[in-house]
Amino acid sequence: MEPAAIHEELKSRFGDAVMEFREGNGDPFIVVNGSHLLEIAAYLKEAQGLHFDSLMCLSSVDYGENYAVVYHLYSMQHKRRVVLKVYVEKADPRITSVQSVWKAANWHEREAYDLMGIRFEGHPDLSRILLPEDWPGHPLRKDYVFPEEYDGIPCHRE
Amino acid sequence: MPEFRTEEMVLNMGPQHPSTHGVMRFVVHTDGEVMRVAKPDVGYLHRSIEKIAEKLKYPQFMPFTDRIDYLAAMNCNMGYAMTVEKLAGIEVPPRAEYIRVIASELNRIASHLISVGVMGLELGAVTPFLHAIRERETINDLMEELCGARLTYNYIRIGGVAQDLPAGFAEKTIEFLDHFVPAVDEYNRLLSYNKIFVKRMADVAVISAENAVDYGLVGPNLRASGVKWDLRRDEPYSVYPQFEFDIPVGTGEKGQVGDCYDRYMLRIREMVESSRIIKQCLAAVPDGPVQTKLPASLKVPEGEAYVRTESVRGELGYYVISDGSDKPYRLRIRTGSFSAMSIVELTSRGLMIADLVALIGSLDVVAPEIDR
Repeated sequence: MEPAAIHEELKSRFGDAVMEFREGNGDPFIVVNGSHLLEIAAYLKEAQGLHFDSLMCLSSVDYGENYAVVYHLYSMQHKRRVVLKVYVEKADPRITSVQSVWKAANWHEREAYDLMGIRFEGHPDLSRILLPEDWPGHPLRKDYVFPEEYDGIPCHRE
Repeated sequence: MPEFRTEEMVLNMGPQHPSTHGVMRFVVHTDGEVMRVAKPDVGYLHRSIEKIAEKLKYPQFMPFTDRIDYLAAMNCNMGYAMTVEKLAGIEVPPRAEYIRVIASELNRIASHLISVGVMGLELGAVTPFLHAIRERETINDLMEELCGARLTYNYIRIGGVAQDLPAGFAEKTIEFLDHFVPAVDEYNRLLSYNKIFVKRMADVAVISAENAVDYGLVGPNLRASGVKWDLRRDEPYSVYPQFEFDIPVGTGEKGQVGDCYDRYMLRIREMVESSRIIKQCLAAVPDGPVQTKLPASLKVPEGEAYVRTESVRGELGYYVISDGSDKPYRLRIRTGSFSAMSIVELTSRGLMIADLVALIGSLDVVAPEIDR
């Protein structure tokens, strides 16, 4: 099943929670509303003929007006991919965790929280993974200002 | 008889520990000699490579990819080059494709040699490591002739490779392979079938195929759990479809499928397969240019792509979003060590403390690849 057909199927099942299908240079992707993410994720993994059992990559993006979380899924059985994109409001960046569907999401979500500041609800241990626990801010945000010092250690080279 | 109460003890392993392959830390909850759980704490080598990428032009980022996984810099170069080429629609000359495969597979052997040697070292067998390092030295010499560097190559470029093969490279490589393939049997006699080594590795830290897929394990760690999955075969790229090679999978030959021994043995077998690929590749290299001419300022059309390649530690994925300018808008790197490390918490439950070292060694994680 091609990504466009998967979009059709998701659309007929989840209605307005599944938004547009975007194609362009590179990989096409399906935009999904965050409110039904967990159901859609579970469906993609379990449904007959889909079996997206592998979460290749989970990324966070700062698009200026909002954030996005991107899920690159793969079905080992059918050898095909699909890309989901969920836009998250900047004022209150929250999204459902999918680590109950794919265990691989656990660490990826922690990284997205650490570096982009997106909160994954339902995550068992949402703590910083790469940066120190008391690091200020989330560096991958486009408006991030690099600190002058950290705990008295200068962060700039002379 | 009075009843003895046991108490949980929390131990700190790392960040500086001989077996942590770089800098990482484990918080080990123990009950006597048995671990309740070992929680990995990573990030000590975080250099924010993804953020750096947003500040650099596409070709300028190439040397940074060397530093993602310094034991497999060639493979990291290749993945990044392929991602940009896909988005920008750049054709790679056939000769360059062959050279890329030769360089990547040589790098795979070099990296597996470290993994195999270090595995013995961690369990107390010092000599095999020296044998492994000796062969790797020859590969380092070959790489030095190829591109001037021994570790961080910056050799594969967007649209080709930095320069052509030096004179006599093919002969020297074949001479090395003719010496190396029989040497693998030597390792087997020396280490792989050593009774103590087998006892330390077989049936230890078994990872089931289901868990391996669920946790996103890739590459040798996934194959050791019995999943026949190799991107060079299942999502073929570059010139790999033209070569004949086997994909080794874990068979549980000394214990269960997916134990430490399977993961170790798989790398031994992959080195032989890589040698086969290099030989076929050297025989088939066509003549021609090795680099496509690129504009002075490379602008990549708007779009996004996720390209994955079979690096030494499995799937190495680059997700690049371009806004049409000469710098990536966002670049995300998905590495094999990152997912391998995330399964330690699950697998460590109920293991002996001493077996944690075997587990980490057999997963072959490289700290900078986890932390980026």
